[in-house]
Amino acid sequence: MASKVEGWKDEVYGEEVRDHLFRFAEEGWSAIPDEEHDAWFERFKWWGLYHQRKGQESYFMMRIGTPNGRMTPEQLRVVGEIARDYATGPVDNPEFGDAYCDWTTRQSIQMHWIQLQDIPEIFEKLEAHDLSTIQACGDSWRNIVGSPMAGRDADEHIDAWPVIKELNETFKGNDDHSNLPRKWKVAVTGDTRGSGQAEINDLGFEPATKDGRRGFNVTVGGGLSRKEPRFARDIDVFVTPETLPDVAGGLSALFRDNGDRDDRFNARIKFLVDEWGTEKLRRVLQEEYVDFELPSAGEDLREGYTYNSGRSDETGDYVGVHDQVDGQNFVGLSVLVGRMGAEDVIELADLAEEYGSELVGLTQRQNIVVADIADEDLDEFLAEDLLENYSPDPHPFMRGSVACTGTEYCSLSIVETKNRMVRYARWLKDNVELPEGLTDFHIHLSGCTASCAQPQIADISLRGMKTRKNGEPVEAFDIGLGGGLGENPQFADWVEMRVAADEVPGYIENLLGIYEERRDEGESFREFIARHTDDELNGLAEPEETSYEDPYLGNTKLTWYPYADDSDMDAAPTPADD
Amino acid sequence: MTTSVHQLDDGAWLSVNDSREVNVSDLWWLARQDFCDCEMADFLAEGFVEIGVDHPDVEGRVAGQCIACGESGVTDWLTLGRVVDPDEGEFYAVDPTSVHVPERRRRLARPAES
Ligand code: SF4
Ligand SMILES: [Zn+2]
Repeated sequence: MASKVEGWKDEVYGEEVRDHLFRFAEEGWSAIPDEEHDAWFERFKWWGLYHQRKGQESYFMMRIGTPNGRMTPEQLRVVGEIARDYATGPVDNPEFGDAYCDWTTRQSIQMHWIQLQDIPEIFEKLEAHDLSTIQACGDSWRNIVGSPMAGRDADEHIDAWPVIKELNETFKGNDDHSNLPRKWKVAVTGDTRGSGQAEINDLGFEPATKDGRRGFNVTVGGGLSRKEPRFARDIDVFVTPETLPDVAGGLSALFRDNGDRDDRFNARIKFLVDEWGTEKLRRVLQEEYVDFELPSAGEDLREGYTYNSGRSDETGDYVGVHDQVDGQNFVGLSVLVGRMGAEDVIELADLAEEYGSELVGLTQRQNIVVADIADEDLDEFLAEDLLENYSPDPHPFMRGSVACTGTEYCSLSIVETKNRMVRYARWLKDNVELPEGLTDFHIHLSGCTASCAQPQIADISLRGMKTRKNGEPVEAFDIGLGGGLGENPQFADWVEMRVAADEVPGYIENLLGIYEERRDEGESFREFIARHTDDELNGLAEPEETSYEDPYLGNTKLTWYPYADDSDMDAAPTPADD
Repeated sequence: MTTSVHQLDDGAWLSVNDSREVNVSDLWWLARQDFCDCEMADFLAEGFVEIGVDHPDVEGRVAGQCIACGESGVTDWLTLGRVVDPDEGEFYAVDPTSVHVPERRRRLARPAES
């Protein structure tokens, strides 16, 4: 039997949801019939609106999809202004104030506390600047990811931006592909860093060469969610920028027709690849979904990948000053846990424009890059006050920290995330001596097994859990080690289970001490972990209470908002026109 | 009216008559259970897998983990709450912190939906 969600989608889905959204915006929150809340909230996702968690009734998270995270400075300013004007909640966040934008691990933008009545104005403003929330959530083509600096990055195999634009134009608002069994995440990597992280997408295009032609190898069925992580599998197909859209469309249609619509937990294409294997997938694609002979895969460039690769010789994460093909520079700025105050966003947009930049980009490590800074302006740009907070040369603990949304807004979450990661990073920076030569160290903190912060591909993987301390339930983490992408992608080994949240910084301190003491010459942290067996890693370091204090140790999910003075669920604000 | 139940947002919620009633991340005490070897499982609810109504009870099978022993999986059917008067539709959730007994077999008043 088709799932309930499929039934709702059969009634109304895709573009037409917009008309209903505008009608509800006009008539007010209470115009959504009580008994239709669930169906409408599910449909609103297609237009990038996700109802916030319990206690935050009538407020929405809004996601804007920016392919490859790319915007003009003017678009960035619009995003900042929308956050400033519409994304202010009833209570401030103690670390980030009243209005802010989140740069996500899929190069999109999220803001919170959005109300229905503001949607038409917000959409009008977005669309006037060629921005959109279309298909940002829901069961269809999500935001396409890849190098934010495509076409400018001097470390490039092929400029993938034109074909990514084509995919975006073809598959957003396309009736044939608007109702898939589940989300469809696509990555196209044209750079030599491997920054698209195609390995963890439903459909990936990795840079490759065949018979002297530059193009891409095709991979299918990657993803990290639930406790079923998969790397995308090589289906032995090479595409050029000319054939890529047909193969992408063919695979999307194959998923549309063959994905599991009965069980949403089994719907992602990774499970179809498990079931069919890559040979059958390739055969069905060839026979039923494309009308030309598919060439076999070309030679890949994996060996040189540096993005999130755990190498000791190079960090491909865009942070810092880098050469562009035109002789100018792009400057990557570290944004701790990807959250940036609205006023800062506007200020950065102004700065970028002032320096003649025509492009800013978001990375999958939740950072922001400003392109087109001329050599002669570089020193002045780097000395701007704003860059003290968003540094091109951050401390490794700041640089490597990634965190998802967590109990602040997210229904699925088990624990508080972003504010905690901020406190972890600061404590580590102030208290833990860096092992010599350690320039890059990735800690990815996710609130649950959905794995939005990509925990399985970090040096230190943190996944929300609970445990008891003196009999009382407290927020905790499972800790994994040794994950990363690069030449040989590897998921983390989960080595310490249910560590109370206030003992995690002590664990990391102890572990880094052991690494410093026992590592071989020139060995990166990831390499050090990789040469130990699972048994050796279990108990390698001890969790420990330290001077670190955790204000969110109790069950933050029982509050309506963890940082409110009166955070009791009963104190939750009631919908404006209810 | 009939009681409408489903799980939402990838299993984050039990929704009863379109109101989000029980959410993941709570700890449930489970007794007389064969989920794990503990006498009482200290069960962290991570996702609602199946939901059904056996009037007046609303029941569910829940994915999660016993935080005492680390066993993870999906529970047998747990009573999550009651809709005493289907016409009025009011849902009374059980208190997760009291002790619950999962049931292996149950009759469904109507098929479970996801
Ligand atoms: S990983 Fe879980 S808690 Fe974090 S944003 Fe995703 S769904 Fe929410
Ligand atoms: Zn147990």
